[in-house]
Formats: sequence, C-alpha cells, structure tokens
Amino acid sequence: MDLTVNRGSHSISVDPEKPLLWVLREDLHLPGTKFGCGAGLCGACTVLLDGQPVRSCQTPVGAVGEATITTIEDVTSQPAGPHVVAAWEDLDVPQCGYCQAGQIMTATWLLEQMPDPQDEDIDAVMSGNICRCSTYLRIREAIRQAAKAKGAAV
Amino acid sequence: MSGSLEISRRSFLSVSLVGGAVLSFGAWLALSDEAEAGSSGAMLNAFIRINPDNSVVIGAKNPEIGQGVKTMLPMLIAEELDVDWEQVRIEQTLANEQKYGRQSAGGSRSTPVNWLPMRQAGAAARSMLVMAAATKWGVAFETLTAGSGMVRHAASGRTATYASLTEAAVKIAPPALDAVPLKPDSAFRIIGTSRRGVDTPAIVRGQPLFGIDTELPGMVYAALEACPVFQGTIAAVDDQAAKAVKGVLAVVPINTGLVPKGSFDALAIIADSWWTAQQARSRLKVDWDTGTLTQFSTEAYAEQADTALAQAPEAEILSKGDVEGQLSGAARTVTARYDYPFLGHCTLEPQNCTGLYEDGQLTLWAPSQSPERGRQEVAAMLDLAPDAIKIHMTRIGGGFGRRLMNDYMVQAAQIARAVPGKPVKLIYTRGDDMRHDYYRPGGWHELTAGLDNEGRLVALKDHFVSFGADGEPVRAAELEETEFPAQIVSDVHFGATYLPTNLPTGWLRAPTSNAMGFVFQSFLDELAEAAGVDLPTFVLRILGEDRLLPKVGRANQFNTGRARKVIEEVCTFANWDAKRPSGAGGRGRGFGFYFSHAGYFAEILDATVSEGGTVKVDKIWVAGDIGSHVINPVNALHQVQGAAIEGLAQAMIGQKVDQVDGAIVQENFDSFPLLRIEAAPQDVAVTFVTSPFPPTGLGEPALPPVIPALANAIYAATGKRIRSLPMQLQGQTA
Repeated sequence: MDLTVNRGSHSISVDPEKPLLWVLREDLHLPGTKFGCGAGLCGACTVLLDGQPVRSCQTPVGAVGEATITTIEDVTSQPAGPHVVAAWEDLDVPQCGYCQAGQIMTATWLLEQMPDPQDEDIDAVMSGNICRCSTYLRIREAIRQAAKAKGAAV
Repeated sequence: MSGSLEISRRSFLSVSLVGGAVLSFGAWLALSDEAEAGSSGAMLNAFIRINPDNSVVIGAKNPEIGQGVKTMLPMLIAEELDVDWEQVRIEQTLANEQKYGRQSAGGSRSTPVNWLPMRQAGAAARSMLVMAAATKWGVAFETLTAGSGMVRHAASGRTATYASLTEAAVKIAPPALDAVPLKPDSAFRIIGTSRRGVDTPAIVRGQPLFGIDTELPGMVYAALEACPVFQGTIAAVDDQAAKAVKGVLAVVPINTGLVPKGSFDALAIIADSWWTAQQARSRLKVDWDTGTLTQFSTEAYAEQADTALAQAPEAEILSKGDVEGQLSGAARTVTARYDYPFLGHCTLEPQNCTGLYEDGQLTLWAPSQSPERGRQEVAAMLDLAPDAIKIHMTRIGGGFGRRLMNDYMVQAAQIARAVPGKPVKLIYTRGDDMRHDYYRPGGWHELTAGLDNEGRLVALKDHFVSFGADGEPVRAAELEETEFPAQIVSDVHFGATYLPTNLPTGWLRAPTSNAMGFVFQSFLDELAEAAGVDLPTFVLRILGEDRLLPKVGRANQFNTGRARKVIEEVCTFANWDAKRPSGAGGRGRGFGFYFSHAGYFAEILDATVSEGGTVKVDKIWVAGDIGSHVINPVNALHQVQGAAIEGLAQAMIGQKVDQVDGAIVQENFDSFPLLRIEAAPQDVAVTFVTSPFPPTGLGEPALPPVIPALANAIYAATGKRIRSLPMQLQGQTA
C-alpha cells in the first residue's frame, strides 16, 4: 500500500489492520510518534491526518487511504509548527519528554484552528494529551507564546 | 563521599589520548567511537574529552528520567573546567560504576553525591591544562588564568586553547581530587544559571532518544505474557496457534524475577514486529499455577486492617516516654484513622528493554534508573559474569521510581539469549505495565494524640498497618522512628502490623513520604485546630529552638531552623492569615510542611470546592531549602512544579490500584487516571531559601507537603476532613 508521510510517498507491504503508530515506528523508522496506552487515552501517538489530529494507535493503516500523514519529525511543515516547536524549546517545556511529540502535534492543530486561544480553549483541546511529569503550566505558556509569534509573523 | 572520590581517582588513572598511543578507556571509547567516529580528541579524565577544534565533550553519568541530571551534572564539570557552556556537548556515558561512580536516579541523591566529585573532575582537568601551559611557557602556575577553554598569561599576553595543551596535559600526573582547589562561589558562571535541558532540542523535533526508540539492524520484537497473579507459575502451555502466526520466531518461557530461579512465570513471544507478537500472544493458551495466591485482594486487606487495628500492634517501631500516662492526663485527646491505597507508577513510556546476546556477551539498551543493580540481577539470572554485560543508558520516558526495579532488563536478557545474534526489543503494553508494576504499598494509621491545657502536643501514638512479613515491612512500607514530629515529642509510641501480600512493592517518587506527609500533616492540622491555632503556628511551636536533631537510622539529620525558615517564608510568600479561613464560597486554604530527601518544603494551597464536591486547585505556593545553591534554577522550578502537581494527582483524581483474586484490576488510564491539563492549577509559585549547606536533590522533596495542604484546604473550605485517599467528597471522586 502507498502512504504519504511527511510530504514523501512510501510503498509498504503490511497487514492493513496494523495500527498506523506501529507502521510509523517499525516500518517507516519514524520513532518520534510515541506509544503510551494503545487505547487512545493518552495522546502520545498523535499525528495529523490531512491536518486533523488522530490517535495513530487507534488508526489501522488500511484506513489512512490517500490522506497525508504528518508526524512530529515534519511538524514544522505546518504553518503553526515552527512557532510551536520554537516555543517548546524556548520555555524548555519537556521534563522526561516522552509525551511532548503528541502535545506539540495537538498544539499545532489548535493554533491552526484558533489563532488566539484562551486558557479554557487550551485546556479543552489539550485535555486529551497526558503529561505524566505535569509540564502543564509550561504547555499553556508555550501555546500562548507560539500564538503570539505566529500572529506577529503573519 | 569517600567511595565516590576513590572511584573518581580510579577514573583519573586512565588519562589518555583517543587515537593516540594509550587506549585504556574501554567504556568511554565505545561511546565516543559510536558518537564521533574518527575523532581525535584527548581524554582528560573519564568525563572530559577536548576536541581539536577546542569543543568539549562532557560525559553525563546518571540516568535521565526527566529530572534534569543529564544537564546538571555536566554543568558542575563545565564550571570548574572553565569552559563556556556553549562549547560543551553532552554525551550519556555507559553504565560502569567502577569508572563513573554511583549511577542511579533515586532518592534525590544525584546532587548531594556528585556536588563535589563532579566539580573536582572539572577542576583537576583544568589544573592539568594550566600546568601544561605553565611548563610550555616556563612561567609559574599561579600566574595563569583560565576561561572559555583558554589559558592566559596576563603579563605576556600569551594565550593557548585547551585543545593545543591537551597533548602535554595528559602526560601530567592528575592532582589528588580532594586537594584540587575549587572555585569560590563568587566566581561561578554556570552554577546557579538556568540552562535548558540538553536533550530538549531533540525531544521537540521527535528525534530518537528513549529506550523504546532503540533501533538496531535486524532487530526483532517481543511481547510478554506474564502470570497475572504475582508469584504464580506456568502450569501448561499450548503455543501452537501462536507459533503459527506468520512472523513469529519463537515462544520462550521467562522468569520475570518474581519466582525462584529455574521456574517460569511468563512467556515471551518473539516476532518480526511487535504488533505481530501481540497478535500471536492473544492466541496463546496458558494455564497458570496460582495455588492460594488468589486469596489476596484489596477487599481482604481492608478487612484484615480493620481487625488488626482493633488489636495491639504486632511490631514496635518506636517507644519512648509514657504515652498512655500522658494521654490519660491530657487536657484533650484527638483520635483519627487515615488510609491510602496501593499506587502504580504509570511512566508514560511503558517498560521496555532491548538486548543482544552474542558469543556469551550481552548488550542491553536499558531505560533503567539503577542500571548497575540491573546488571547484577541479569548476571545472576543468566549465570553471566557481570563484565560480560554491557549496558547503554537511554533517556527514560518517566521514572518516578518504577525503573529502580530492573525486571524488564532481566526479562529482555533472557529473551535475547533465546535468539542469539538478533537484537530484540521487549515492550510492555499499557496493561502489562499497570498489572506488573512494583506498587506503592497502601497503609492505615490509627493515630491518637494528647494536648495539654496550653494546646501543646504531649503524646503521639500510631498503630500503622501496612504490608510485610515477620514483623518487617515490605519495600517502601517503612514508617521511620524519625517521622515528624516523633523525634521532638517526648512521649511517642509507633507500633505496626504488617499484612501478607503477593504484590511486589517499590519506591514511588518521594517513597514513604508521599503517604506519611499526608497522614501526619493532616493529623497535625486536626491537632492545631484542637489547640486553637493554625497549622504553621502549631508546627513552629513543635519545632521550638533552632537546633540539629541527632541522626537516627537511615533518616537525614533534621535541622529545625531550616524547617522554621521555609515555613515562615511560605507564609509570607502566600500572605498566610493565621486566622482560619472561613470556607466562604467553597474556598479554602491549606498548609503542609515536610522534610524528606534532605529537602525542607512548606507549601500553601488554595482550593475551591463546588457544591457538587468537585475540587479545583487554584494556586500553590512553595518554599524550599535545598542548601547553598540551586544549580539549574529553571529546572529546579520545573521539578518543584511537577512534583506539586503530581501530588495532587495522587490525592484528588481517583488514583488507586485494586487487587482481585491476586491480580491487579486496572489496565489503562480510564481506570487509573493521570492528571490532565484542566486539573492543573493556574500557578505553582516557587521560592528557595538558601542555607549554608551543600546542595541536595529536588526530584522528590517538594511532593509530600502538597497532599496535606490540599486536604487541609478542603477542610477549610468544607469542614470535611480528608482522611482517606484517593479523596472522595459527597460520594463523588473529587
């Protein structure tokens, strides 16, 4: 089957039931997308499918079809991506860092939807992404900072 | 400290030129060969390599679990080496305690253990470079200065890069580490300045760093089906259907480490994909021999605890003075029962480990907080010599104490040996991770205290019920005789009854303290109320004069003056009103103080409780004393904020581990919730009180006070005492 991942096309031969997460990690050697719960509960495996955040652990690769897949490795291809990554780095958001790829993917989508999210918007949208180290105060701040930077860049 | 010094001295014996005549750095060379093939830098000691372009590589020796140690320990070396942080690149060393000293991420010990040795390693290397310049230029050592990786002779204006001096420097006898002069604090340029995590740029770009990201040519994968009932063993296996799945390479019996050597309590399914291994796993048919182990359950424990608390304690922890006499003569007595559940760790990166067994040699890529202990366990299980095992330390997606245990290393080693020559990566599912943890043990406390007619605490009694055997607690169930305020009050009795369990137990961030802080600081709030004062005042009265209390057992020495200062500081910081808050509008404010892992922390918390019983934590104030320096302030802030919010998670969102028929019920984050962003407070404000003592660690001591501060805030808001975790208000999980 053919997949479009991070602006490149890949031809792979796998069971269509295999979750996209494991295709990315094992077959396409893109380990940035993380395995956390395998049940769509933690958000660590979040990728963008045609720009929409999905839980790749719950997405059979056969269901992807012609949709384009964006992972953390190429999140800067999204309009908000570079601002989100820069803010995350500037504020040193990660502690252990394991959840942060998923956080960044969701935050990038959030800023595509809402250029100036309020705190309630941030909490509501980011609620699906667990951070076991509780870096939440900086996640909020980084999203606000990225929103400002993106606004200033437009 | 002497052990570390000795080990560091041994490290210095290996001064060498990489690619030069002397190649004595087995472990380090393995690392640098992989990281920088063809490099020709010079090793000044086990931790420092100077490259020809005058860039500097510093080895980070301890496991990085998100506590920032991979950044902080190299900062200490760079400071004394007199290089700019921008010149420095950090490499994780291999696990090799003979070379690097203690390599463990536990007990908030990395800072106190390494504060001097890491600085000495940097200072000694600097001294050798300066000596090389002095010899080269024929000038006195004392006339030279160093900075930014250069040596300067002010009188002549001569300068030399470290790189140009390394060839001469490595021939100089290393100075005695304990005699090498260290910088005065006033000269620090890196210590005390905020430095971003060295892996942060890679993390935010999704680059592979974690154990689970390990990828090797020809690698295969393993799933593990372990007996759900701890200590049960395999009775019978039908693995035909599993083996028939395309891509499956082998199904092999494994000892998880919970059963005697030679018996097996798990099956590993090895396949060309982890997904395939999991598919095949579901086709396994296993009968487990669980004998009487199914008798163990949460429900049975609660009944046994009730029975135990109605009787005298079976074991004695502390008995001093005449508690019963004091209680009978007390103006007022207060009795309360507290309890808390078993908890899991739930690191977001599930347990995993990669192994390669080849020609009697085993290589492991292990996200372990205690890799050397893992080496010993693997060596014992596989009958391998410890030095036949090479351990790469990967970045770790959360530790919290889970990875102080090394079951996944022992399992991956057995799996690797079953497929020699093939690297194999074992990964737990989330269900495996939750159902095969080493749990924070639950416990019950029946407390009684006596106050005299001036409201002074004159007697304290605790019947502690937890888990253990033969009068001894299981791992992480210890109640210390120094538990505050037992060391100060003159009449105290701590007794214990330990119930049998088959659950493996382990250390969870701020072990024992995360539970004891809740119990004792919440109970003290009850006593303060009975005494008619607020809790900070009550604790300050107990503390009395500034003094050092004698060290007892494993506990750190307690300095009442340092405790007093953080309490006073947080009260000022949060504008604490000694008059009890009214609880109007469901708002309340609570206080908690705790001393653990050598750190003194006092915290104040504002909470709002809705009529439905939903608790919202609005803000937390923290004052801490961890000694003379906060080495990396930005990371210190993050550690404290994370610890405080984690404490809330332990208390207010329903976290508990239930056991039925010997096995754990919870399998994912729907039944064992982790705290999500909307439950995080708006702010956790942190201030540090510095004191003239060597700096201590910060991963843990900020956690314990927040739980009683929350419980006491809820009492202030609602009049309802929280004596049981996870807390429930009006029938709802708060």
